[in-house]
Amino acid sequence: MGISTSLVYLIGLPFAGAAILLLGGRRTDKWGHLLATALSGSSFALGAYHLIQMVNRPAEMRPTSQKLFEWISVGSFNVDAGLLLDQLSICFVLLITGVGTLIHIYSIAYMSEDRDRRRFFAYLNLFIAAMLLLVLGDSYLSLYVGWEGVGLASYLLIGFWNQKPAYATASKKAFVMNRVGDMGLSLAIMIAFATMGTVSFSGVAEQAHHTSEAALTAMGVMLLVAAAGKSAQFPLQAWLGDAMAGPTPVSALIHAATMVTAGVYLITRSNFVFDAAPIAQLLVVIVGAITLIFGALIGTAKDDIKKALAASTMSQIGYMILATGLGPIGYAFAIMHLITHGFFKAGMFLGAGSVMHGMNDEVNMRKYGALRHFMPITFITFGIGYLAILGVPPFAGFYSKDMIIESAFNSGGVQAIILGSLTLIGAAITAFYMTRVMILTFAGTKRWDEGVEPHESPWLMWLPMAVLAVGSVTSGYLLYHDKALYKWLSPLFEDHGEHEELLKPIVVSALALTMVAIGVSIAVYKYMRENVDSIAPADVSFITKFVRKDLMQDQFNEKFFMRPGQLLTKGLVKTEDVVVDGSVRAVARMAIGSGSGLRGLQNGFVRSYAALILIGALALIAAIWVVVS
Amino acid sequence: MDASNYLYISALLFTIGAVGVVVRRNAIVVFMCIELMLNAANLSFVTFSRINGNLDGQVMAFFTMVVAACEVVVGLAIIVAIYRSRRSASVDDASLLKR
Repeated sequence: MGISTSLVYLIGLPFAGAAILLLGGRRTDKWGHLLATALSGSSFALGAYHLIQMVNRPAEMRPTSQKLFEWISVGSFNVDAGLLLDQLSICFVLLITGVGTLIHIYSIAYMSEDRDRRRFFAYLNLFIAAMLLLVLGDSYLSLYVGWEGVGLASYLLIGFWNQKPAYATASKKAFVMNRVGDMGLSLAIMIAFATMGTVSFSGVAEQAHHTSEAALTAMGVMLLVAAAGKSAQFPLQAWLGDAMAGPTPVSALIHAATMVTAGVYLITRSNFVFDAAPIAQLLVVIVGAITLIFGALIGTAKDDIKKALAASTMSQIGYMILATGLGPIGYAFAIMHLITHGFFKAGMFLGAGSVMHGMNDEVNMRKYGALRHFMPITFITFGIGYLAILGVPPFAGFYSKDMIIESAFNSGGVQAIILGSLTLIGAAITAFYMTRVMILTFAGTKRWDEGVEPHESPWLMWLPMAVLAVGSVTSGYLLYHDKALYKWLSPLFEDHGEHEELLKPIVVSALALTMVAIGVSIAVYKYMRENVDSIAPADVSFITKFVRKDLMQDQFNEKFFMRPGQLLTKGLVKTEDVVVDGSVRAVARMAIGSGSGLRGLQNGFVRSYAALILIGALALIAAIWVVVS
Repeated sequence: MDASNYLYISALLFTIGAVGVVVRRNAIVVFMCIELMLNAANLSFVTFSRINGNLDGQVMAFFTMVVAACEVVVGLAIIVAIYRSRRSASVDDASLLKR
């Protein structure tokens, strides 16, 4: 493994940007956004330089590390704060800084009217720095710092317009639900430390062979909880929809392309734990499968364009989590889908932002319609993202999603059939709701509110969309061609040779495309007509109502976690009041009572003092007499 | 004569003195009762000196007399001072320290 001295600058540049913008205050208002964009861009350039260096080295020499300082040194327990750049982290570094820089550029125009634009860019830079720390840390502990950092940045950015109480609540909800996942991560770290005595990735990978399966399973399950919290997976998925309260570039960067994929990174990075813990692996698959269907179903009923995309994100990350749960055959494809998804989903979110920009911040798709004539560039870039997420060849999603469906079918046993069918059904539902979004937004008739005059966005906004659209077309083929990404990542995973092939790739593709075609045709049949209601119809079936309420996820959480939690808190407060404070107060009362009781003896009369002395002396004599005789 | 009879007298004198201190209000009487108790103790000292056949008890009795003489000087001075300021020799009237 090589040693590098420049890894720290990858993180340091955006972090310096955040510090300058936050500490500099109003003085940096004029040029703050430019500085932030430039620093993010230079971080990307540095990442690209590292990639070129890596490609030119032989495979075993590719990872580089940098020791920063001795962090914790207690007895035999030593943690160095160090950075590790290997084949996996470089993918993330380039995705984070690349998409991040594009979104910085987009935000210059998108946020130009906002008087707090500088603060926004400071938070964006803070997020980039924290996310880079998350993927570059060489131990679970440094990962944890980045993990909390992105949580903080996400909280600050969701609640960026916190003058609206609903938005402030949404940011709090995201933060609290993320804390549940963070608890899982901290427990996983503790388990690693307790059973293996180390928290570094290399140390845990080494020790994993000599550790009991029970400990590894416990650690794996806790890591899964962490991943579910950060990646909005079942059962901690409910925050992602509300997180759309943040400005749209934030939704594109944090809640589509990068932060929510941290769970996939965590599981892939911990492959040595999951490979040795089949039960944890099975749970990962189950969580992924549930979420991919769950998110897709929610997506079918959303009228808010951003929430529909958020549900789609949840579903697509479900695909990735499912792939990571399949073990060594899935990791590379999970990362591949993660990268292509980063392109097309960020592109679509920016497109949604562009539509909102032209429609006076209207988010209800039922009030759009016929926008393709007024926003041609947005229409084309969004359309490319749409084709990519559907998995139409040769767009990016075709390669990555097909690979996941294929590996699901090839994972062996009954599980393979179930998982494969679920991924296919998910693909059909995805096709349905994405087509619905397309038709409601860009096709059909005008259903705009009065006074809305849609217009194409400025070039600063459509340029990033165009770049991401190019990525949505090409990234899939580039990563798939000659198994490029698979070979690139394979030194990191223990592959157990060839796998049985249940279905041939061409059959899987044909099946997937058939399912997509079914989904699209249902959507076209339902929504491609003259008059779509501009208010969601109320006389709908029970199932539709159920789905519109997000499959009761909030009600469920409220009934089973929030209310009992509140009861528990109230009970504890009461206990604290009665038992803890009560005993303290009783001691105080006793002291006061005995004091005021004894005060009666101090009456000031000399004779009573004399009598007391006499009684005392007599009592003493009597006591001595009793003892002696 | 049995020496223990002197001890009984001593105990009787001490009891009379102690009861007098507790029950009487007049400071002069209280003062005299204290003297009575001191002298009861003196009587015991002298008796024990006789019983044990050495002079330690008699020496102690002299010390007690010296202390009692000093005490009389200070005590009477205080009583006279109190009487001058409040026209009363009752010990219950001098109960202001508790406030």
